[in-house]
Parts: sequence; C-alpha cells; structure tokens
Amino acid sequence: MDRYELRFGGVGGQGVILAGTILAEAAVIYDGLYAVQSPTYTAQVRGGATKVDVIIGKTPIIYPRATAIDFFLALAQRSYDVFHHQLKEGGLLLVDSTLVSRVDEDRYRVYRVPITDLAEREIGRVVVVNTISLGLTVAMTKVVSRKAIEQAVMARAPRGTEEMNMKALQLGFAKAEEMGFAPEETKAEEAV
Amino acid sequence: MAFNYEYYLRMDKMPHMWCPGCGIGIVVKAMLRAIDKMGWSKDDVAVVSGIGCTSRTPGYVDFNTLHTTHGRALTFATGLKLARPDKHVIVISGDGDAAAIGGNHFLHACRRNIDLTLIVVNNYIYGMTGGQASPTTPFGARASTAPYGAVDSPLDISRVAIAAGASYVARGTVAQGFMLEKFIYNGFKHKGFAVIEAMSTCPIQYGRRNKLSDPVQLLKWVKEHGVPAKKAEKMSPEELEGKFITGELHNQERVEYTEEYELVRQRAQEAAGAR
Amino acid sequence: MDKKIQLWEGNHLVAEAAIRAGCRFFAGYPITPSSEVAEYMAWKLPQVGGTFIQMEDEIASMGAIIGASLAGVKSMTATSGPGFSLKQENLGFACIAEIPVVILNVMRGGPSTGLPTHPSQMDVMQARWGTHGDHWIIAIAPAYMDEIFRGTVRAFNLAEKYRVPVIILLDEILGHMHEGYEIPDDFEIIDRAKPDVPPEEYFPYDDSKGDVPPLAPFFTGYRYNVTGLNHDKSGFPTTNPELIQRDMERQRRKLYANLDDILWYDEYKLDDAEIGLVAFGSMGRSAQVAVDLAREQGIKAGLFRPITLWPFPEEKVQQLAEQVDTILVPEMNLGQLILEVERCVHGKANVEGVNKVGGLPIEPPEILEAIKARI
Repeated sequence: MDRYELRFGGVGGQGVILAGTILAEAAVIYDGLYAVQSPTYTAQVRGGATKVDVIIGKTPIIYPRATAIDFFLALAQRSYDVFHHQLKEGGLLLVDSTLVSRVDEDRYRVYRVPITDLAEREIGRVVVVNTISLGLTVAMTKVVSRKAIEQAVMARAPRGTEEMNMKALQLGFAKAEEMGFAPEETKAEEAV
Repeated sequence: MAFNYEYYLRMDKMPHMWCPGCGIGIVVKAMLRAIDKMGWSKDDVAVVSGIGCTSRTPGYVDFNTLHTTHGRALTFATGLKLARPDKHVIVISGDGDAAAIGGNHFLHACRRNIDLTLIVVNNYIYGMTGGQASPTTPFGARASTAPYGAVDSPLDISRVAIAAGASYVARGTVAQGFMLEKFIYNGFKHKGFAVIEAMSTCPIQYGRRNKLSDPVQLLKWVKEHGVPAKKAEKMSPEELEGKFITGELHNQERVEYTEEYELVRQRAQEAAGAR
Repeated sequence: MDKKIQLWEGNHLVAEAAIRAGCRFFAGYPITPSSEVAEYMAWKLPQVGGTFIQMEDEIASMGAIIGASLAGVKSMTATSGPGFSLKQENLGFACIAEIPVVILNVMRGGPSTGLPTHPSQMDVMQARWGTHGDHWIIAIAPAYMDEIFRGTVRAFNLAEKYRVPVIILLDEILGHMHEGYEIPDDFEIIDRAKPDVPPEEYFPYDDSKGDVPPLAPFFTGYRYNVTGLNHDKSGFPTTNPELIQRDMERQRRKLYANLDDILWYDEYKLDDAEIGLVAFGSMGRSAQVAVDLAREQGIKAGLFRPITLWPFPEEKVQQLAEQVDTILVPEMNLGQLILEVERCVHGKANVEGVNKVGGLPIEPPEILEAIKARI
C-alpha cells in the first residue's frame, strides 16, 4: 500500500498532536518515507476534542488530508464520537478502554487497551499515554520501523524523561504483541 | 545672524499650502531650530507624518521624508526606527491624525517607549477637509459637523500620553515659539518616546466658526488659555475649566525599546549558540 | 540525526524561507491560522540580528513593515482574512509609493470572523482588488512544501525587483500541515536596485531609465519624499493629469510587460487532456489526485495549476480553452478564480465550478464525480 492514513483523536492536553508529529518524524527523518501530519485546530486549547492525521507513503503525498483512514486511535469518547466517521469499514480501531467504552463494534476491527491505566500503573506517569500509544500504533500497523519510532521519541523526549519514554514505547510494543500482532520482521519500506 | 531656515527647507516646493495665520509654520520653524541645535546631519533625520494640514510638513523640509496614511504615521516611524535605531525619527501630526484615527497607535507608541519624537499640532479642528470637529474641539465649539456646538468632550492629548507611558511630555503654544523650540529640543535629547503638544491656531476653519477669525486674536486666545504648570497647581478645578496646562509635564527615565531589543538579540543569540 | 530533512509546518517554512531570503524585519498581530509565522519570527529573527515586533493591530503591522523597508530592510507581515482586510489600507500605500514588502495571508473561512480554524480560498479577489483604487500587485499561491519555500523566496525577490508588494496566499491546510522537507541552497536572492547617481540627480520615481526606478534606502544621503498622494518623479504630491497618467501606466507596465519573469504555474497531464481542471493551492493538490483517478477510469483529464495568481496566467488558460471543451474550477469558495478563468476563456470552452464552503476541503473523489458528470 502506498498511502497509509492514521488518525489520533483525544482531548486537548493528552499530547495526540505531538504523537502525530513524532510518528511523522519517524517516517520522514529516520525511515526515509514521505509523510504529512495535519492537526485539527479548534478555538479550545485545553479539553476540547482534538485530532491529528498522519499520512505515510513511499511516494510523495499529493492530497494532504485524510480521506479513508486505515488506523484510528481514540483516547477519549468525545473524540471517537466526533472523528471516527472517516475510518474505513474494517479499519483498525485502537481505543483507550480506560476512557472509551462505546464504539461501533460491527464496523471496525476493535482493539481495547487500558492505556491510561497502564501509564499510571506500569510507568507511574499519565503523561506517557501518547508514547505508549505510539508503541501500540507502530507495532500494530508496522507503518514505520520500531527503530525509527524509538529514534523519533528519543529526539523529542524532554531531558531526563528518555528512559521513561523508552519504557513506555516498549510497553506499547509488548501490548500489541499480546493482542496477536506479530513482532517486527520486515523492513519498514516493505511494510508500507 | 538670522537663522538659516532655507538650509532645511525644500525651497523649490514653495509656496507651501498652509493658510495665512496658520500656526503650523511656527511649529515647523521651532522644530528646525531644535534640529539645528542638536547638530544632526540632514541625512540622519526622518520626518514622518500622516494626513492633514500638519502632515504636509514632510514635503517642505529637506530630510528623509515620509507622508503616510491617515493616523498611521507612528506605525511607519516605528518600522523606520527599529530598522535604523541609530537615526533620528520625528513624527509630526495633527490632532485628528494623532488622537482620532491614530489614537490606538498613539497609545501603543507611548507604552512602547521607542526613541521617537512626536510633535502634535493641535488646532482643535480638521482644517484641510473643511472644519469638521476633531477629538480636541472644545465642548460647545462650532465645527462644520458640529453646527450647534460640539457635544463630545475634548481629549487632553498630553494627559493621555502621560497615562499611556510616554516618558517625556511637554505642551506649549504657537504664541510662544521659543518655548516650543526648547520642548522639542528636550524631546530630541530625551531617550524614549517624547510627545510635544503644540496648541495651535486655525483661523480659517476654527476661528471663523468660533468668533476668533482674526489670527492675532486667536493667538491671544491660545496664549490666554494656557496655564503654566506651576500656576495651575494653585488653581481650583473650576478655575482650570476650559484651560490647558503648559510646560514640561512629564520627564521620566524608562527602558527604551530599541535598547531593550538589542538585549533580546543577545539573549536569542546566546540561546541559539547554547543549543 | 545528521540528515537535513525535517518535518516542517507550512507556516514555519514560510518564516524560515523569508529569513533565508534576507527578511530581517517582521511586524505582526496574532491571528489564526497564521500566528505560527509570528511566533517563529519572534524566536528566530533576533538570533540572526533581525527585528520582530508585535504591533497593536494589523494596520500598524503593515505600516511598520513599509517603514522598515524604506530603511532598506527586507520586511514582511503575516495574517489571515480579517487581518488582511485591515492591511489593505497601507497595502495601497505600498503600491502607490512602490515599496517592496511581503504579506502572507493564510486563508480561513469568511467573511468577517467566519471560520478561524478552517481552510478556505475566499481571498482570491481580495488579494487582487482588496485595496481601493487602481493598483498592480503580485500574488503567489504555493501548493507544496518546495513551492512554499521557493515561493516565499521568490516573493521577496519579485518585491525587490519590481518595487511592489507581493502577497503569498496559503490556506489553513497548507499553513498547518507538516511535511518532510529539506531546505535547499540553490536559490537566487535579489536585492533592490540602488541609485547609481549622486543625490542631487536622484529622483525616486524617475522613469527615464526604466519602469522600476532604483530605491535609495532612507538615511543614505538621498533625501527625498515619499507620499501616498499621486506624485511627480521627485515624490512630491501633484495633481498634474499627464504626470499621473504616465506614472500609473508605468506602475502597471512594470509588471505586465514582464509576465514571462513573473508568471509561475504547473501543468499536469495536460498534453492529451480532453477535460481541463484549473485549481490552485491545496485544491490544486486535490485536483491532481482527481486527474489520476479520472485517468484510471479512462477519462483524459489534465490540470493547469497557477502558482502566480496575480497577474493571472491569462495566455495559458486561453490555450487550454482551445484544447478542451470543458474546464472545471474546483475552489474552496462559491466562485472566485472561476471569474478570471471565464474572462480568459471568453466563451471558447464551457467553464464550471466545483465549489465547497463550510470549512471542509474538496476531496479528490468529489472532483472526480464532477469530472464524470461532464463527460
């Protein structure tokens, strides 16, 4: 597939837009792929439904907006309700089961992970929700290589949080594998 | 030896368009004498204006001159000065230009305290466009748009300047040209935003509508309505009603914008170097 | 991370390109969706010895950049629709006084406050005719990161070369999207011509040596007058009808006699096209995908994508009208660019709009449907 569309939805403050940036940087800077990241801006900076779309491809992205989304991460019920409609039928839906309960079971392939709980229990900091999510996303979609996302996360991690973020990322990989997603075998270029 | 005004004027652009009896010439002459006293090279001076009678000054004076849009002179001057903080930028404006359409720019220029000099020639009327009421037209005075007397209360430009943060504010009258020269000169020497308000005369548009059509009579009126600051201290608000206070009203050392911005550059370059 | 490729936001890339083009003065006022440009300039300009100032309003920002440019410093401002309306007053001043400045307008929905966080292409006509009176102006509408970078550099170059304000039109999609881009170093930088005569022989609007007279920076010994009134060659106000006619015609001619230099456009699969699309900016990208979708279904579609919107590439559109029977104009408004296309086509082809407002872009499948409906 030459164009893979992802959407991360949450509420302002959860760091979904930053997660989109990191994923796009992993693709562009570390895997040599093409990527477009488009956040949706609203007047509300904190607490409003927010989303970011990331389109990744092996050739230049001509149309920069998501049209048929392959993978949707919902970190809040409100953002699921508002933003899920462009997810393809049969598309991958990953929800934070701590915060999202009602989803369209019949339309999508639904995966539930208590991401916020995991962040609190396993890492001890709720701020790493977006890093765990990136680990899950990459392990589930293989849209970029694990090495690329590791490098991209490290480049963006505030000083002193590198270890915590790496642990969170690995936790995401592990949880995806627990759900049956294969560990990384192929190169990123072939996966896209 | 008589002052050589012609050295500073574009004599090929004469005659000027100001009416007989107009006070603007007195202010312009005071400005030229003050520039001369500073010893500035003509190449290092910019005179910037907006729209109106006073704003025609740039055309006649031999400096880098910029005649901008109505009320916006201070914004252009801000760009000029920030681009060349080492040069001298003077803004000359009327009461309508500075206090009505340019009122917001006036407030923010005062608060920023950029090292500019603003000379406001206040003649209480829109002269060029035919005698319409201005923000400084006295309450009850007649104007072509206030044929039954002005309903609005006038704005005290100097007081607003002080309140908004201008670090040098002085007010004089065109009846006292040498005092104006002194204020303008002190404004030039002052590091920061200086406002010199010159209470002026428009016998044609203001005077004729307000029983003051004789230029000399109007000059006297202006002089009589000015109360030196020291004298005003001893007067009651009732006695000061309808009068304006003259003198150096405010003089304060305050952080100057372009100097502070130079520090911003240093901080930015240190931050960039540290990364 | 030794690769130079980075993820760039469209707005940030405009700011970076401006600095690379030599911009050292930015005056602005916060407005969505362009504020990132001001933020980037506030951060970066003092690092390179430049100046950023946040002014009290959009009118003031426009005045300040004209002032700084007159002192010889390349200057720009950035805004969106409501602010662009306010810029128009002093934009007209920059036109008549012929001061090089660059204005970025990241288009959002309007009129008035409209849709601050959503894209539109509703300022096509305002970019051309926003300020009052006859005037001539250049507007550039990039669609891709490389065009955003090179278009911004080009905007400064054209402003300097022709002593004219240049408008860059982005929309919220392009302003806020992030894409991988490696800043190139193979671009030309043009600086305004300075006088080669002594001050006593210098006139800022002297047309005797060409349509773009050299512009002496203030404070360099050339003391002259600049005014927003119609003026003679010395810059002094005049009401002489012959002088004004001559000066205004020169201002038009300095752009319209140099269209080969100014016009910039892209053609996509036009050679054998039987149906033509004319689209710009982000909708140019949508239209390009629509061309491919149509061709997959055996429909020979092609795209003409103007990057210079003003002056409009009139001849190219006329040629397209000779080639195809139908021209579709997809744009995020209810019909602006189409007016110019219709004027150029002059009845030689059927011209129809594909229009959408309300904050959502026109997606490629929607353009495809419009194409199929006309086959």
